Amino acid sequence: MFELRDYGDFETAWCPGCGNHSILKAVKDALFRLQLAPYNVLFVSGIGQAAKAPHYLKSNVFNGLHGRSLPVATGARIGNPDLKVIVESGDGCHYGEGGNHFLAAIRRNVDITMLVHNNQVYGLTKGQASPTSATGFVTKTQPQGVYNSPFNPLQVAVAMKAGFVARGFSGQIEHLSNLIQQGIAHRGLSLIDILQPCVSFNKVNTFGWYNQRCYMIGDDHDPFDRNKALLLADEWGDRIPIGVIYRNDRPAFEDHFDVLKQGPAAKRPVQKDVLNGIMNSYL
Amino acid sequence: MGNRSSVEDIVKTVNIVGLEMQKSVLNILIGGEAGQGLVTLSQILTKALVRAGYSIVVTQSYHSRIRGGHNTYALRVADSEIQAPAEAIDILVALNMETVEIHSGTLNTNGIVVLDEALGIGNASHVAVPFKALTSDRHWNATAVGVVSEILGLDEHIIDRAAQDFFSKHSGISVEDSMKSLNAGRDWMKSVSTESFKLVKPVGNSGRMMMNGNEAIALGALSAGMKTCCFYPMTPATSISVALCEYAKKMGIIAEQAEDEISAINMAIGASFCGAPSLVPTSGGGFALMAEGLSLAGMTETPVVIALAQRPGPSTGLPTRTEQGDLEFALHAGHGEFTRAIFAPGTVEECFWLTRHAFAIADEYRIPVIIMTDQFLADCYRSVEPFPVLELDHLDVCSDTMGESLPHLTYRITENGVSPRLLPGLSKNCVVAHSSEELVIADSDEHTEDGHLTEDLSVRIRMVDKRNRKLDGLKQKIVRPTFHGDSSPDILMVCWGSTRGSVHEACEHIRKNGTEAGYLHFSQVWPIDSASVNDTLLSAKSVVVVESNSTGQFCRLLRRETGYHAEKQVLRYDGLPVTPEYILEKLGSGKENV
Repeated sequence: MFELRDYGDFETAWCPGCGNHSILKAVKDALFRLQLAPYNVLFVSGIGQAAKAPHYLKSNVFNGLHGRSLPVATGARIGNPDLKVIVESGDGCHYGEGGNHFLAAIRRNVDITMLVHNNQVYGLTKGQASPTSATGFVTKTQPQGVYNSPFNPLQVAVAMKAGFVARGFSGQIEHLSNLIQQGIAHRGLSLIDILQPCVSFNKVNTFGWYNQRCYMIGDDHDPFDRNKALLLADEWGDRIPIGVIYRNDRPAFEDHFDVLKQGPAAKRPVQKDVLNGIMNSYL
Repeated sequence: MGNRSSVEDIVKTVNIVGLEMQKSVLNILIGGEAGQGLVTLSQILTKALVRAGYSIVVTQSYHSRIRGGHNTYALRVADSEIQAPAEAIDILVALNMETVEIHSGTLNTNGIVVLDEALGIGNASHVAVPFKALTSDRHWNATAVGVVSEILGLDEHIIDRAAQDFFSKHSGISVEDSMKSLNAGRDWMKSVSTESFKLVKPVGNSGRMMMNGNEAIALGALSAGMKTCCFYPMTPATSISVALCEYAKKMGIIAEQAEDEISAINMAIGASFCGAPSLVPTSGGGFALMAEGLSLAGMTETPVVIALAQRPGPSTGLPTRTEQGDLEFALHAGHGEFTRAIFAPGTVEECFWLTRHAFAIADEYRIPVIIMTDQFLADCYRSVEPFPVLELDHLDVCSDTMGESLPHLTYRITENGVSPRLLPGLSKNCVVAHSSEELVIADSDEHTEDGHLTEDLSVRIRMVDKRNRKLDGLKQKIVRPTFHGDSSPDILMVCWGSTRGSVHEACEHIRKNGTEAGYLHFSQVWPIDSASVNDTLLSAKSVVVVESNSTGQFCRLLRRETGYHAEKQVLRYDGLPVTPEYILEKLGSGKENV
C-alpha cells in the first residue's frame, strides 16, 4: 500500500499561482489512486516549465530534449514493456517542436500516457506565442498579434483516431486526476490536454478566463462516437468542454510484437543458434 | 525459348582474340539500366564464385533511381586473396549501349565485351549473344548467367545451385524456365568458342560467405546483443536496417522505422536507457539531424551505437556514391563537450568485429559510439570466413548493474568517470525493483549525482570532469592502427576506413617494383594514441595520407593529435572508391597535393 507522500514532496521552481502546481497534485493523486509503485513508473519529459514536473515526483525520470519526449518514451516501452510510461511536457514541446512525433505517436499507438500542460504561451523563454496561442495574441515576439491560427490538438487526435482523447483543467484537480487515471488504464496512446493559466506571461487566458468557460462533458456524450467527438473537439470560445472526448479500442503498438510480451529486453538472451542459422544463409 | 538445335543454327560470328587460357585474376564489369535485371546476374555469379572458393571484391555504382540510369556492378575475382577493386576491365558485360560507350575506354588490351547482338556493334572482341533467339525477355538475365559463367569456366553444378537458390527465393520467377534459359546461354557459349577467360581453380577458401559491409554490421550488432534498431531509411545505410528488420522476429529484437532521424536516435536512447542496446544506422544528412541526440547521449550517459555510412555531401550530394567526407563532422557533431569513440572498419570482417567492439565500448563507458563506413564498403561484397557466433559472448546489461549500492545514483562520481548502472523498474541483476531507492533519474540539464537538474556550478565542474575522465579509460583500449610493409620505408601511406584494401595493393605493387613501402591503417579514428604512431611516422622517408575527400580531413586530425604534418596527400572525391591504380597514378604523376 502506497501513501500519497510516497510519490514525493519537493519544493518547485514554479511561480505562485501557476497551473503546474495543481496538475502536479492531480498526477500524484492519480498515481496514488491507481496504487502504482513509484519505481514501476517512468516519466519522460522534454524542455519547458511543464517538463520540470517529473523532477518534483518520486518516480523514474528521463528529462530529455525539447520536443523529443515521445520518441524516448517509445524507446523505453521497447526496452522495458513492464514500465508504465508517462510523458509530460508543455504545448510548445509536444505540439510545436515535437509535432511530427505527436502525429507518429498517435499512428503508432504505443502504450504511453501523454500529459500536455497547455497554457497557450511559452513560459520558460518568457512569453512568446505557442502553437495553441489565439490569433491576435500579443507578445514581445508577436507585437502585432499572432497571425497563425491556433493548433487544435484534440481535433487532430480525433481525426487521426487516437485511442483516448481528453481535456482537463488545472482548476478541476479531482476531475483531472480521474482523466489521468483513465488515460493510464487505457492500452495505447492516451492524450490528455490540460488547460492551465500562466500567471506571468498570459494575461488573457487567466484562471478566471478558463474557469468561466470550462464545463464538464455530460454522460450523454458517447466517446466512441467519432463524428460527435470531432464536433465536441471543435468547441472553443464561450464554452470549452472538459472530459473524455473520444476513445476507441485500436490495437496498441505492443500488440504487434510477441517479444514485447516477454518482459525487459535486458533479460532476454541472444539466441546464438538462430543467429548462426542466419549467418549460414550467407554461405 | 532456345534449345540445342536452334543454337547450332545460329551463325557463329564470334572471334575472341588474344586470349590466354587461364586467368588468375579478372575484373568483370556488368553495366546497364536499373530495372534491367543487373542484380540477378551479378548476385548469382558472385555467389557461385564465392562458393567455388574465389576471392572477390565487388564495387557497386548506381544512379539514385529505381528505373533507368547507368548502373554498374564491378566484380573483381581471383584464385588467391585480393583486397581492392580495380579500374581496368577484362570482361565488360553490357546490357545497353551506354555501358559500351562509357566503359570500353577502360577495357584491357585483351578485354572482351559481352553484349546482345541486337545492339549491332560489330567488333572482333565482342561476344554478341543472340538473346532473342535463346530466351524470352523475362529470362534473358538467366541466359547471361549461362554465357558469363561459361566464359569463366565455372563449375556447372555450382552455378546451377546458385541460380536455383536465387530464383527460388524470388517469387514470380519460374525456376524451371530460368534454368532452361541459363542452360541455353551456357550451351550457346560452348558452341561458339572453346577459348575463353577460364579462371584458374582456387586453392582452398571454400565454405566462405558472400557478405557486404552493411550485412556484417547487422550481424555484428546481433552478435553483440543489440536489442533495438531505430532508423529512418537513407542510402547507403538502409540495408543494415533492412537486414535487421528481416531477422527481427527470429532474433527477438525490435527494428522500428522512425518518423525521422531525430526520433530514431531519441528512441534508441530511450530503449538503451531501459536496457536494450541500440543501433542507429544512417548517413550524413540523417546524422546531421541526430546531432542534438548525440549530445543527449553524452549528457545523459546513455550508450548508443550509430552506424554512419558516408556518401558525398554537402547536403544531398551524390546519394549513391562514396566518400569519406564526414570525419570531422563525426568528431565534432553535437553541442558541448562529451566523450565519444569512432571506429572505421577497413574490411567486411572488421565491420563485424568493430560493431561488436562498438557495443562493448558504448556499454562499458556509457557513451555514444560511431562506426564510420561509406557506400563503397557498405555495398562491397567480399568472400568472408564465417564468424564463430556460437562461441562469442554478448552484452549482459543486467550484470552491469551488480556493482551498484543503494540508494542508486545515476551519475555517481567515480574514479574512472563511469557510474554503476541500474535500469528503471529493475533492481540489481534485473530483478523487479522493490524500493524507491532504486529509482533511475536521468537529465539533459546539468545534474547532481542523483540525476536531478542543478545550477550549482561546483557540481557542474565535478560532472564535466567525471564525463571527461572516460576518455582516459578509452585511450587504454584504443584499437591500434595496423602497420604493414617494410620498416622505415621510403614511402609510408596512412589511411583510415574503407581505403585499406586499395592502399594494401598499391603498397605491394610499390614493393614489388623495388621501393621500400609500408602503410598504417586506422580502424579507430577517435581517440588516437599519438605515442604509438609517432615512431612509425618519423621512421618513414615520406608520408602520404590517402583518403576519399577533398581537403584531407584525416591528415589534419593526424597533425592535430600527433604534431606530424604529412607532406603529401592522395585524395579522391569524384564519388568513386580509391583504387590501387588511382593511388599509383597520383603518386607517380607527382600531381598529389603537397
